Amino acid sequence: MPQNARPRQLFRNLNAKIASIPMILTALCVFVGGTIWTVVYSFTNSKLLPRLNFVGLDQYHRLWTTQRWLISIENLAIYGILSLIFSLLIGFMLAALMDQKIRFENTFRTIFLYPFAMSFIVTGLVWQWILNPEFGIQHIVRGFGFSTFTFDPLYNQSIVIYGVLIAGLWQGTGLIMCLMLAGLRGIDEDIWKAARVDGIPTWKTYLLIIIPMMRPVFITTLVIITSGIVKLYDLVVAQTGGGPGISSEVPAKYVYDLMFLAQNLGQGFAASTMMLLSVLIVVIPWAYLEFGGGRKNA
Amino acid sequence: MNMRLLTVAMLASVALSAVSAQATDLEVTHWWTSGGEAAAVKEFAKAFDATGNHWVDGAIAGSGDTARPIMISRITGGKPMAATQFNHGRQAEELVQAGLMRDLDDVATKENWKAVINPPSLLEGCTVDGKIYCVPVNIHAWQWLWLSNAAFEKAGVAVPKNWDEFVAAGPALQKAGILPLALGQQSWQVTGLFNNLLLAQGGKDLYLKVYQDKDAKAAAGPEMAKIFKAADDARKLAKGSNVQDWNQATNLVITGKAGAQSMGDWAQGEFQVANQVAGKDYTCLVDLGAADPYISTGGDSIYFPKLADADQSKAQEVLASVMMSPSAQLAFNLKKGSMPVRGDVDLTSANDCMKKGLAVLKKGNVVKSTDELITPDTTTQLNNLMTQFFNDASITPEAAQKSYAEIIGSAD
Repeated sequence: MPQNARPRQLFRNLNAKIASIPMILTALCVFVGGTIWTVVYSFTNSKLLPRLNFVGLDQYHRLWTTQRWLISIENLAIYGILSLIFSLLIGFMLAALMDQKIRFENTFRTIFLYPFAMSFIVTGLVWQWILNPEFGIQHIVRGFGFSTFTFDPLYNQSIVIYGVLIAGLWQGTGLIMCLMLAGLRGIDEDIWKAARVDGIPTWKTYLLIIIPMMRPVFITTLVIITSGIVKLYDLVVAQTGGGPGISSEVPAKYVYDLMFLAQNLGQGFAASTMMLLSVLIVVIPWAYLEFGGGRKNA
Repeated sequence: MNMRLLTVAMLASVALSAVSAQATDLEVTHWWTSGGEAAAVKEFAKAFDATGNHWVDGAIAGSGDTARPIMISRITGGKPMAATQFNHGRQAEELVQAGLMRDLDDVATKENWKAVINPPSLLEGCTVDGKIYCVPVNIHAWQWLWLSNAAFEKAGVAVPKNWDEFVAAGPALQKAGILPLALGQQSWQVTGLFNNLLLAQGGKDLYLKVYQDKDAKAAAGPEMAKIFKAADDARKLAKGSNVQDWNQATNLVITGKAGAQSMGDWAQGEFQVANQVAGKDYTCLVDLGAADPYISTGGDSIYFPKLADADQSKAQEVLASVMMSPSAQLAFNLKKGSMPVRGDVDLTSANDCMKKGLAVLKKGNVVKSTDELITPDTTTQLNNLMTQFFNDASITPEAAQKSYAEIIGSAD
């Protein structure tokens, strides 16, 4: 019996399996293969061209003693945590407000989603000007007569990353709002009616009934936001160029600069391997919780 | 895809050699895109077209930092251009070692480059394992201090003649509401200023000990501590300089909003465009006004990737010889505001500042530029350190010097 079962298992749904061969190959060769190649070469002292001259953990040692890398990590942590909290919070609030059967909903939706149509480069430039003390917010407020008002986050080492965060939120929350709104619309009207009959206050309904029901939407949103955080690069390049000094550097920029400007591939590979590792540390436990357990054969 | 490309390329080469045996197209990539630079490149193109070949311009906008990754990936990706710009020095070192570049020994011996190129160190920078791989086309010196005469007049102090006088004049400038030192925020400008201080205040020996011998002890020593002290002065004087690009900083000096800027001789073009006269509207101090001035001989070189096509390889040699010819050198460098690489080019039409530079050059008071001495990797590390030091007042000169010595110690 088992002899018969195996081939049948293999050839079941054959068309679909053949159709997915190109994607499987791409995933294996390009993604997995490329990743392994990068990790292997991160243990070499490759400069401009990849060379297999192993130097052990030297690149990693240098990476973790480099001030710029440590600042990059810290910035990414601040940006990541705050952007996660605020995009979810603001996105959900906007969606909830939008869901109150307001007038001109289409107009508002368009306005809020509009920034998302812009690339990070444009967003960065726009906010560079808005936050510029000589043309932007500070200039306008001073024009009203508050002559000592100072607001120049992009020129202040200790708060520059929040200036980047503002621009990132402005660009990204519209999309989160739309996803949340779709989730809210997917909730059956009867549930609201039942909650109202039972006399449950609206905020409690949201918190205890609606949000748990929107779990799939939240997970999608979470994936979208986090992937956006890790690859943060163009916004910083356009808005601050990593400055003032090196106070708004991010890991992705470190990788690019080391690989292509400093002509030090080994160091760039080591940094990107660390980025991959940090993503895995977050993703693996989550994937285990989400997909693990008793449904292995499903 | 690859097959098709190959066929197209082969067809194209057949067609080319069949139709025109002589006129060969050569694509030259470079990042000379500002007004004066573009005009200078046209001189090369004109001279090359006059030989019956055709110059295909491959300008890449942005700066060298933008252009170099594009050039390198084209060469390593197997679709090389016929010729490409790099700075003198070690930027293309590995490409040469990997056998991706062709040597120019035949042209060089025929035209006796060894004798005509001055200073000889330029040719050394092009030489790998005894073979010459590039054509140096100009010399740019970093070591200048540009001062606004109007700003010092307004502050009521005489225009300084050296760095120490300038530092002493700082408070008077600040009192008059003038930013003493204009400094763009890009990290290479900050490192450039630091290296200028190093050569001017520390002298040639210290400069070479640190960058040529990579002597970490010298980098941590008391002489170097003085340089960091000077850099500490500089960062205080540059506080409030919020511009990004070097030409914006130069513009602050031109308009008298800032007292001075330490920048290479390419800044001169900006003064010229603004119709300012050296000596009257602005003052230039070579090597920041040091008693026995030295300059570094940075600049641009043209490298020639290996090509399969025989006609094109021939044309590469023609191009190399054109670029080195006295007439093209003169036309190119006058427009660019840089100094020619040949000692025998007559530059009577150069302005006062440029003549000062040429005099130093003639005396042989030159050192190699940092681009020639240290790798781009080390340069990036220094850039990071310097920009951090200049932007964060909480970092002491001592702490910065310690990191500096570590970087020099691990450099190769």
